[in-house]
Amino acid sequence: MKDFEFQTATTVDEAVSLLAARGERAKVLTGGTDLLVQLREGMREADMIVDVKKIDELMQLAYAADKGLTLGAAVPCYRIYGNSEIAAAYPALADSARIIGGWQIQSRASVGGNLCNSSPAADTIPSLIALDAVCHLAGPQGRRTVPVAEFCTAPGKNVLGRGEILATLVFPAPADNSGSAYLRFIPRNEMDIAVAGAGSWVRLNAAGDTIEAARVALAAVAPKPLAATSVSEFLAGRPAVEQTYEEAAELAKNAATPISDKRGTADYRRHLAGVLTRRTLAIAVARARGQQL
Amino acid sequence: MSSTTEGTKYKVIGTRPVRHDGADKVTGRAVYGADLRLSGMVRGRILRSPHAHARIKSIDTSAAEQLPGVLAVATRNDLPNLKDKIANLGEGAVNLAHLSANVLAHDKALYKGHAVAAVAAINNHVAEEALALIKVDYEPLPAVMDLTEAMRDGAPLLHDDVHTNSMGKKSEKPSNISTHIHFETGDVDDAFAKADVIVEREFRTASVHQGYIEPHVATALWNADGHLTVWCATQGSFTARQQTSELLQIPVSRVTVVPCEIGGGFGGKIAVYLEPVAAILSRKCGRPVQLVMNRDEVFEGTGPTPGSATRVKLGATNDGKLVAGEAWLAYDAGAFPGGMIGPGCMCVFSCYEFPNARVDGYDVLVNKPKTQAYRAPGATQAAFACETVIDELAERLGVDPIEFRLNNAAKEGTRRVDGPVYPRVGLVETLEAARNSEHWKTPLEGPHRGRGIASGYWFNIGLKSSAAANVNPDGTVSLIEGSTDIGGTRASIAMQLAETLGIRAEDVKPRVADTDGVGYTDVTGGSRVTFATGMAAHEVGLDIQRQMTERAAALWECDVESVEVEGNTYKANGNSITFAELAGKLGQTGGPVVGRAAVDPQGSSHGFGTHLVDVEVDPDTAKVTILRYTAIQDVGTAIHPAYVEGQMQGGAVQGIGWALNEEYFFDDQGHMQNASYLDYRMPTSLDVPMIDTIIVEVPNPAHPFGVRGVGETPIIAPPAAIANAIHGATGVRMHELPMSPPRLWAQMNKNGS
Repeated sequence: MKDFEFQTATTVDEAVSLLAARGERAKVLTGGTDLLVQLREGMREADMIVDVKKIDELMQLAYAADKGLTLGAAVPCYRIYGNSEIAAAYPALADSARIIGGWQIQSRASVGGNLCNSSPAADTIPSLIALDAVCHLAGPQGRRTVPVAEFCTAPGKNVLGRGEILATLVFPAPADNSGSAYLRFIPRNEMDIAVAGAGSWVRLNAAGDTIEAARVALAAVAPKPLAATSVSEFLAGRPAVEQTYEEAAELAKNAATPISDKRGTADYRRHLAGVLTRRTLAIAVARARGQQL
Repeated sequence: MSSTTEGTKYKVIGTRPVRHDGADKVTGRAVYGADLRLSGMVRGRILRSPHAHARIKSIDTSAAEQLPGVLAVATRNDLPNLKDKIANLGEGAVNLAHLSANVLAHDKALYKGHAVAAVAAINNHVAEEALALIKVDYEPLPAVMDLTEAMRDGAPLLHDDVHTNSMGKKSEKPSNISTHIHFETGDVDDAFAKADVIVEREFRTASVHQGYIEPHVATALWNADGHLTVWCATQGSFTARQQTSELLQIPVSRVTVVPCEIGGGFGGKIAVYLEPVAAILSRKCGRPVQLVMNRDEVFEGTGPTPGSATRVKLGATNDGKLVAGEAWLAYDAGAFPGGMIGPGCMCVFSCYEFPNARVDGYDVLVNKPKTQAYRAPGATQAAFACETVIDELAERLGVDPIEFRLNNAAKEGTRRVDGPVYPRVGLVETLEAARNSEHWKTPLEGPHRGRGIASGYWFNIGLKSSAAANVNPDGTVSLIEGSTDIGGTRASIAMQLAETLGIRAEDVKPRVADTDGVGYTDVTGGSRVTFATGMAAHEVGLDIQRQMTERAAALWECDVESVEVEGNTYKANGNSITFAELAGKLGQTGGPVVGRAAVDPQGSSHGFGTHLVDVEVDPDTAKVTILRYTAIQDVGTAIHPAYVEGQMQGGAVQGIGWALNEEYFFDDQGHMQNASYLDYRMPTSLDVPMIDTIIVEVPNPAHPFGVRGVGETPIIAPPAAIANAIHGATGVRMHELPMSPPRLWAQMNKNGS
């Protein structure tokens, strides 16, 4: 690892101008749990590191039942699952935040950082897509918004331009009779990267027996986190029963385009996309019905 | 949980005192190799081959040498030419030319991660920058990673000077098969013809790493007077000294190896990697040089244990008697000859009486790191094959798997296929303990669950150990030994001295000395230390006791013969004095008392174990959960039962990792894809239940306290036991390790279950 310059930005504008000046040679530091490892292992190089944890906007965590959630890009995972209101309103997000690394990692690592690292196997991104979160970006040309589903473009790549940062993630207010869940499959029980992952969100009718709307997203089965729109469209209007989840699982398998690597074979990953879709839908529906899971 | 004869016969042996190095270890004060700081010390880094197989046409270090902050650069040119020199390293011989070429590549890089050059610099960052400035001209060659591919005619050859040694005869053409071993007893073909049931299966296992937490580290100071001191993490300071002196061609007397505390070895810290390189760098720059590997260097540059391809065929009669066995085993040796095939061949049928058996084994070169020992090296791969076929045979015969094993178990008088006849051994007792265990007697209920059993055998060695002890005036004894303490052996050795002298374990102060501070002592390996160094400690105790008897006689002015020793008390003619009181009078009776001993016990102490496991398999994902696990082992005598249990539990957990998820995953270029603990999946504390233990004690007649080696046997049975349990849970017989979720899922789908 080479020496680098370290800057602490206290405003979004300051961070943007520092980053814009250096381009690719400057990297944003939030928790650092990906960046520092990548620098040490020579997977990335940097002349400058810009710490954004002193920027208020990036550290905010604001929730109101009627307005939704604004999640600063640098907020560490533990603050999400540690807030019972937020964990109850966005259970898939809490599921994700709870399984990234161990406690030490969770007290540093941020959801925003996980998104900007743009790994196809990222544990938060399917939940962000399922929960319809929107990225609020700030750059030299000003501010813009991008749905999370359109943020990642390839393994490790995303839509951020030169000098542009993720400021916040904004989630719509939780709908009545809605629920969500995230599950990943790992061969061990902790401290592992997803072989496959699935995040599901459903909104039921008042009777709780029919899915009115749904969003399913998958991890580690495509070059980027995958919004499984064919599955989501299929689910709208279907009865909230096991048979529906099984049919959705078949569609999820068809949507997946996985590769074989050290973490699993393509066939197995496709199979898991189905299993996890079925299982997360069942949990999301149960949560939508008010069950504590 | 354990059932021992704790406290029945001995005062100290069988108790559980706090280990002598405990406070330092739990407070972080213990000094490991990477903790060492010497005045003027600089850091070194190693340049490693990016190719799995390549000719090294030239190495240009000039730009690196000119980088400010760089103090020395080392390459193959700095190593003496050792062509065809063979050295005996205590636990086996080694071709020094190969050892030298592994330390820094000579004409070829033989695996990705093979060390090619080294730099010493003012810090690691400068050293790393300098590595990037070294220009190596490689001519990439086709690599061969699969051992059955490597055995074929026409496969890329790793060494053009390695010929197959088949029972003493050398092949004409060079080959990747360096050795062919053959054992045969009885009339195998005739016996198979007469067998009622025959099961034959083929197996594969992946390369796995020992997975010690502490990476390799060495610090060397080549002093102005020409004396070399090396501080390192090693299982054997004397073998590290010998290898270093041989590789550098300097006398052993000019090398001192200081063993630091060691964070695990499991067989992987016997061969030297960094020691000679640090020495060369220090010689060149005149400063102490410290080299510490990163984790990826440990995976890619140090010994995994062999991957294997095996075939086992067993025949039995309808009354449940094994009549014939045939085994074919090919183990990969990695990039240099001398893998673990020998013990594999000796162990494959070692648990049973086979009147007729034939074993063929092959040591095969592939473009992977040179394999090294790993806890019962070669036995686990063989047992996975044999114990899986045993289980299937029992099933086909409709016999309970424990009864089937008991019917055929090796016992006193059984001749192993490679020749030796067992003395009193304890396999039968472990099987009976399994049958009587709460675990076996508790029915396993619930869907997708299965129970498995398997046995395992490891020789355990003796070899050379030295020890000395000084009696202190307060009645304590300072013990000096040469066995680096990996698994609590300071305690187990001190306890044997304490038992001999009738004093408390706490009154013995053990110290592991450097190679100038104690007599020659072989490696901490082969499950030998508590056995052999313990035997030396016993003899030290007898030596001290003899001298103390003389002192008592001098004190009382009586014949030495009239002094009797009872525990810690010396008596004669109505006089009586304790060891501690007598220790206070040494000044008046002739001066200090120093005991000493050197031992070299030959042969094996024969460790047998039987493991029981319950698993549950997720029918959707094929993930295996270990529900319950019991490790049962004949340990001879448990000196410190807590550490015996710890060894059994640790071995079982490593075996579980080997069974379920651990593997070297290579791409088609022979590049390891998972050289980190993130993707090389060892079990964490969340992946295993409490490992229950049952200690069986069938005392070893060849040891004063009945000790058998303990550490290695418990890794052997787990993969087979788990495979047998998975069969119970799913109906699928797994013949490949690891039995990872994708692999098991594919098999479950194939069988339509």
